[in-house]
Amino acid sequence: MKYIRTLSGKNLRREDLAKIGCGECQTSCQSACKTSCTVGNQKCEQKVD
Amino acid sequence: MIKAQIHKFYLNDRYIVLDVNSGAVHVVDEVVYDILDYYEDHSKEEILNILKDKHEARVIEEAYEEIAYLVDEGLLFTEGAGLEGFEYNKDNIVKALCLHVAHDCNLKCNYCFASQGNFKGERMKMSLETGKKALEFLAKNSGNRKNLEVDFFGGEPLMNFELVKELVKYGRELDKKYNKNFRFTITTNGVLLDDDKIEFINEHMDNVVLSLDGRKEVNDRMRKTINDNGSYDIIVPKFKELVEKRGDKDYYIRGTFTNHNLDFSNDIMDFYKQGFKKVSVEPVVTSEEMEYALRREHLEDVLREYEKFSKEYIEIKKKDEDFLFFHFMIDLDQGPCIVKRSVGCGAGSEYLAVTPEGDLYPCHQFVGEEEFKLGTLDSGIVKKDLREVFKKANIYNKEECKTCWARYYCSGGCHANAYYAHKDLMKPYELGCEMEKKRIECSISILANL
Repeated sequence: MKYIRTLSGKNLRREDLAKIGCGECQTSCQSACKTSCTVGNQKCEQKVD
Repeated sequence: MIKAQIHKFYLNDRYIVLDVNSGAVHVVDEVVYDILDYYEDHSKEEILNILKDKHEARVIEEAYEEIAYLVDEGLLFTEGAGLEGFEYNKDNIVKALCLHVAHDCNLKCNYCFASQGNFKGERMKMSLETGKKALEFLAKNSGNRKNLEVDFFGGEPLMNFELVKELVKYGRELDKKYNKNFRFTITTNGVLLDDDKIEFINEHMDNVVLSLDGRKEVNDRMRKTINDNGSYDIIVPKFKELVEKRGDKDYYIRGTFTNHNLDFSNDIMDFYKQGFKKVSVEPVVTSEEMEYALRREHLEDVLREYEKFSKEYIEIKKKDEDFLFFHFMIDLDQGPCIVKRSVGCGAGSEYLAVTPEGDLYPCHQFVGEEEFKLGTLDSGIVKKDLREVFKKANIYNKEECKTCWARYYCSGGCHANAYYAHKDLMKPYELGCEMEKKRIECSISILANL
């Protein structure tokens, strides 16, 4: 690619709903904000070692 | 099928394109950026003609082919499937509690939503019996979830620190009994921190949220002691000691900005200069009538401030990757899945607040609003209809969210913000949306520069 640099590919995969949405990740509001809702900075537990 | 949608913007010297439904993010040359304005409803020949005075024909053709390739790969103009067939939290699992261990406070911050800690009720501390009951409630209602969260909150939780210690101990017993992993966090103003508390917190808390507003004059204007003095000089040395001893464990210095410090990037930088590297500064949440509230007339300044700070942030990050501003953190590779990005914080179903009396509310922001009392630790959730309302308040059901490019980043926004702005959980708080969108653009432009 000469004119495009992809920073991130598909990250909203819904192909296998049985494997995602496990709910083990941190509740977003508990991490720092306590007032706003920001989920983009939360880690997925399935990808954490 | 959800319509294909892209969002493009230019910030910090980068042309950036988001493919909303796939989540893909691209940094592009100007020619691609220009072609995308016409790609969906014009032929290649038409585009060549439209852009002929701005770009060479060969360049337009090559860029056009690259775009076509990404479309074929499902990375641009992707149609969305939403989450049809997925029912959010159908088993009504609870995995996180905000535990109000003390409805009392030793500061009287002007903007406190908790009315100096008592949430419009009586000053009260949670008993050991209630605290244990809350942890049991969580363990028993958490189904097959392994990781459970308890945030010790207030008022000021250090005013009931013996309970905090007892409950951490009890949580470890429940870990074994129920095969769970309790993760404890605490949100504190720091006034009562001493060596023993610092040691305990650093050993047992997965994360600590330390409340401070930034520069001394900014902090002391809003965060006052009971005697009307500023709290900065009491607190900062204690926070520094805690952070110094904390090692690699998570913490956030967390401030609030109001219309008095629309130049809040100076407060963030002040944190950094004080040696605090994990920081968060949040817009105040209050009704518009309050003198210090953020109103429409302040929005332009706030957005400009985020942009200005994003430029400083890029420069700092090039030298110091440990510096983290909560709202500029975005993880495009290891971030949350589509389910999390669709349903958000889980307040009212997965996430609940527990008062010192043992009453259950959707989250800490609703405590004291009688109509939002969901039940008690003894009764469990009684207002099941209200729980359903919270579960359905997501990006697929909120009109404004359905077509918003930012929906998978904010996940529909804060329920409390929506309620306090419109008395309607389904109607997002517009100012919050505008600020969030700018933060997302800044975050991605930062990644594109590092």
